[in-house]
Amino acid sequence: MYILKLLLRNAFRHKLRTSLTILSITIAILAFGLLRTFVSAWYAGAEASSASRLVTRNAISLIFQLPLSYKDKIRQIDGVKQFAWGSWFAGIYIDEKNFFANYAIDAKNYMALYPEFILPPDQKKAFLGDRKAFCAGRKLIERYHWRIGDTVILKGTVYPGNWEFILRGIYHGRDESTDERLFFFHWDYLNEALKKTAPRRADQVGWYVIEVTDPNRAAEVAQAIDKTFKNSLAETLTETEKSFFLSFISMVGAIIVAIQLVSFVVIIIIIAVAANTMAMTARERIGEYAIFKTLGFKGWRIAGMIIGESLLLTMIGCLFGIALTPPAAKVFGKIVGTYFPTFRVEIETIYMDIGASILVGLCAAVIPTWRAVKIRIADGLRRIG
Amino acid sequence: MGLPISYSFRNLWTRRLTTVLTASGMALVVFVFAAILMLAEGLRKTLVETGSYDNVVVIRKGSNSEVMSGVTRDQASIIETQPEAAIGADGQALLAKEMVVLITLPKKGTNASSNVVIRGIGTSSLALRPQVRLVEGRMPKPGLSEIIAGRSIAERFKGSGIGEILRFGMRDWRVVGIFDAGNTGFNSEIWGDADQLMQAFRRTVYSSVIFKLRDPSGFESVKKRIESDPRLTVEAKRENRFYAEQSERMASFLRILGTTLTVIFSLGAIIGAMITMYSAVATRTGEIGTMRALGFKRISILGTFIVEALLLGLIGGCLGLFLASFLQLLTISTMNFQTFSELAFSFTLTPGIVWKGLGFSLVMGFVGGVLPAIRASRMIIVDALRAV
Amino acid sequence: METKIPIVEIEHVNKSYHRGTHTIPVLVDITLDIAEGEFLALMGPSGSGKSTLLNLIAALDNVDSGLIRVGGIDITGLTETELAAWRSVNVGFIFQFYNLIPVLTAFENVELPLLLTGLSRRERREHVELALQVVNLASRMDHYPGQLSGGEQQRVAIARAIVTDPTILVADEPTGDLDRVAAEEILELMDRLNHESHKTIIMVTHDPRAAKKAHTIRYLDKGILNNVHSQAAP
Repeated sequence: MYILKLLLRNAFRHKLRTSLTILSITIAILAFGLLRTFVSAWYAGAEASSASRLVTRNAISLIFQLPLSYKDKIRQIDGVKQFAWGSWFAGIYIDEKNFFANYAIDAKNYMALYPEFILPPDQKKAFLGDRKAFCAGRKLIERYHWRIGDTVILKGTVYPGNWEFILRGIYHGRDESTDERLFFFHWDYLNEALKKTAPRRADQVGWYVIEVTDPNRAAEVAQAIDKTFKNSLAETLTETEKSFFLSFISMVGAIIVAIQLVSFVVIIIIIAVAANTMAMTARERIGEYAIFKTLGFKGWRIAGMIIGESLLLTMIGCLFGIALTPPAAKVFGKIVGTYFPTFRVEIETIYMDIGASILVGLCAAVIPTWRAVKIRIADGLRRIG
Repeated sequence: MGLPISYSFRNLWTRRLTTVLTASGMALVVFVFAAILMLAEGLRKTLVETGSYDNVVVIRKGSNSEVMSGVTRDQASIIETQPEAAIGADGQALLAKEMVVLITLPKKGTNASSNVVIRGIGTSSLALRPQVRLVEGRMPKPGLSEIIAGRSIAERFKGSGIGEILRFGMRDWRVVGIFDAGNTGFNSEIWGDADQLMQAFRRTVYSSVIFKLRDPSGFESVKKRIESDPRLTVEAKRENRFYAEQSERMASFLRILGTTLTVIFSLGAIIGAMITMYSAVATRTGEIGTMRALGFKRISILGTFIVEALLLGLIGGCLGLFLASFLQLLTISTMNFQTFSELAFSFTLTPGIVWKGLGFSLVMGFVGGVLPAIRASRMIIVDALRAV
Repeated sequence: METKIPIVEIEHVNKSYHRGTHTIPVLVDITLDIAEGEFLALMGPSGSGKSTLLNLIAALDNVDSGLIRVGGIDITGLTETELAAWRSVNVGFIFQFYNLIPVLTAFENVELPLLLTGLSRRERREHVELALQVVNLASRMDHYPGQLSGGEQQRVAIARAIVTDPTILVADEPTGDLDRVAAEEILELMDRLNHESHKTIIMVTHDPRAAKKAHTIRYLDKGILNNVHSQAAP
C-alpha cells in the first residue's frame, strides 16, 4: 500500500502532464476496443450459426437458384432430419438507405429449423395462416415502428414490382447473438405471383437449409447431398451454416485485416505518447534517483519505481477506457446498426485492453529505466545544481 | 521582430528522444489519414474510369446492378433501333447486348473464394470500352467455349491464366486471352461470348444493353423515350454514373470509418504534442523570462512556441506521408457490398492528399501547441527569472 | 565633485507582495537618485527587497505607488508593450546564473537583443564582434554555453548586456555562482566598463569584494533604504 501511495504521489506531482497522459491512454483504449468490437461484429453471424444446420446452394454462385424439385431427393438422403427452403428477395423499403435482409421462406418447416426465433403461438398461427403475412424481428419493428396488422410495401429489385405484406408475427431472439432484424414472408406468395407473371422463374429456390440428425456426420451428409446433384442442371454446394457465413466474411477479408492492423497502430501511437511522458519525467528526476542510490537503493528498486509509475498511469487510463467502451459501442452501434446484427463488447476485448495497457506501461518505461539504472551517482547529483 | 526559426529547430534537436516520440505519434496519424484518403481516391479513380460518359447502360427498372437485371430479347431489339446509337467502323451500331452473372472462384494461394463477374459480350463490346486492351492472346471465337480474363483475375484466381481451363456451367472454358483494363472495374471480370454463356447458364434474357451515343448530349432524349415506352420496363443511365452508383455504399463506408478513426487517433497525437510542449515551456521558464527581460514581446514568445509545435507536426507529417507513399505498392481486393462482386483497387497518392496530410499535421501541431504557448507568453517576468 | 545628472530618479516607491489575504511590504517609501556613470551596489540581508528594487528600475516589475524615471522617461506609466521596447534599448542585464540560451552559440546569444532592432545582418555582426572583443571572448564565439566555463558564460552575458549600448546596466549577484578567480575577472571587467565607457551600473550583491569595486553602497533592510552612504573606491 505504501508503494502504491508513493507511486500515486509521484505520478501526480505533475497533475497536468499526468492527466493528459491518462487521457490519451483512455482514448486509445476506447479506440482499440471499438475497433475490435467492430471486427467481432462482422463475425457475429458466424457465431450465431448452428453446428447441426447445413446450407445447400447453387455451386456456381449465390445468384443462381436451385429447382424446387430437389426437395424430393434431399428428403431421401440418409442423415437429413428436416429441411426447409428460402429465396433472397432483396426488396427495398421506401428507399435504399433502409437496408435489412428480407427473404421468402417455406414458413412451416423453416420456423421449426430455427428454434432461436421465438414467436408467440397466436402470432405464429396468424403468420402461417395468412399467405400475405410477414414476420419480423423485434429490432426491425422497433426501428420502423411497425405494429401487428400494418401493411408494409417492398419494392422488388430481383422480382420487380411493389409487393404488399401484412405484419402478423414479431419474433425475438433466444440468444444474445441472434439476429433480430430479419424480415421473412411466404415463399408460396412469391411463387404464385411468379407463375402468373414470369413462369420461367417460378418453382426455384435460393437455398435449402437442412438439419442433420447427428452433427458429427454433418460433413458426410453435405458430401452426400452434393454428390446427388453432381452433373445435373444445377450442381449444389453444401456446407455448414457457419462455413457459409465465414465465406462471406472472407470476401471482405482485406478490410478486416486492415482494421485489425489499424487497431495495433493505435497502440503504437499511445506507446509513443506514454514513453515520451515517462522519459520526460525520468529526465527531470534523474537527480533524485542519484540520491536514492547514495542512500543505498539498488538499481532494481529504482527500476521498480519507474515501471510501477508507468504501469499505474496506463492502468488508470485503461480503467477509464474500459468503462467508457460499452456506452461508446452503443452509440457507434446506432450509427452503423443496419450493417451488423449485434454490436456487443466481448470479454476478449476487455482482456486485450488490459494486456495492451500493460504492454504500453512496460514499453514506455524501458528507456527511462535503463537510463536511471545506469546513471552514476556523481553525474546524477551534478544535474540537480 | 521575433526569434529565429533555428531556435525552434535546435530546441527540438536537443531533446531528440522526445521529439522523435511525439513526431512519430503524429506521423502514424497522418499515415492512417493519408492511407484512407488514398484508398478512397483509388476507389474513385477505378470507378471514374470504369464506364464512359458517352455510353448508355440500359437495365431493367428497379434493379441495382446488371446481375439482378433482365432484358428480354424483344426489349433488346427495340432498344437496338434507337437513332441515338453511334455507328461503328463496320457500319453496324456500336451496341452490345450483354449478360452478366457472378460465379464463385477459388483464389490462388488461399482457400478462400470470391465472386467474380462473368460478362457475356457481343461483337461491339470491346469497341465500346476504349479503356480495355487485349494484351495477350486473342478474342474468343463465337460458338466456342472460350473466355478472356481481366488482368486482376488472371493474377489472383486459380486456373485463369492464359491457356488454362476454368470449369463452370458444366463446361470447360479455355482462357484464350488476357485483357488489361487499367484502373477500371473491368479488370476484375471474365468475358466470353454472350450466346455461349447464356446457353451454359440456361439464361434466356440479357442483363443489359450498352451503346455509345452518337452525340453525348443526346442522352436525355433517348433516356426519355426508352423509359416511357410501354413495351419496355427499363431505365437508362450513363455508363460512368452507373458504375459510380454501384460503389456509393462502399465509398461512404470507407469515408465514415476513415474519418472516425482519424479523428480519434488525432486526439491521441495532439495530447502527445501538448504534453511535449508543456514540458518544453516548463523546462525553459528561465529562458522565457530572460527573453522577455531583453525586450521580446509576449507575442514573440507565443509565436516561437507555436512555430516549434508546428515544426513538430510537420516532421510527423512528412514522415507519415513518406511511409504512406509505400502503400502504393499494394492492391486491395475485396467484395463490393452492393454488387457482391470482386473489386480490386489500389492506393493512389495525389498532390492533393500530400497537401491535406501536411495541413492536417500542422493543425495537430497547432492545437497541441497553442495552450502551452499561451502559458509561456503569459508568464510573469520576475517569476520566470526566479525559476532559473 | 560636480553634480552629476541623475539618470535614475526613484521617488517614494512602494511595493508589496500579496499572498492570499496577507500583504507583505517589500519596499517602503524608497527615494533614490542614481547619477549617470555611477557604479552603485545595493546590499542587504535576504528578503530586504534589493532584488525587487533592481527589478523595478529595470522595468521588469511594476510599482504599487511612486515614480521611477530613467533617462528622463517615467517608466511607471508605460504599458507592458512599451516597457518591452524600452527595455530592449535602455537596459542591459547581468544575472547570477548567466541566463544564456543553451541552444544558441555565444555569438547568437549576444546577437539576441539586436534582433529587436532594425539593424541589418552585417551591422549586427559588427556590434556583436565588438562586444565580444571587449569581454575578450571573440575566439569562442561559435561555442555553445555548455562548452564554456562559468566565468566565460558570464562574460558572454556581459557582452550581450552591452551590445545595444544601453542607458543602464543592472546586475543581480553577478559573481554569485563563480569561483574567486572568475569573480575577480568579472568584477575587473565591470569596473573597466564603468571607468572607460562610463556605463551606469546598478548591482545587487552579497559579496563584499564585489561591493568594494562599486563607487557607492546603499543598504536595504526590510524594504527601507538606510541613510548610510558608503563610499567605496573613487
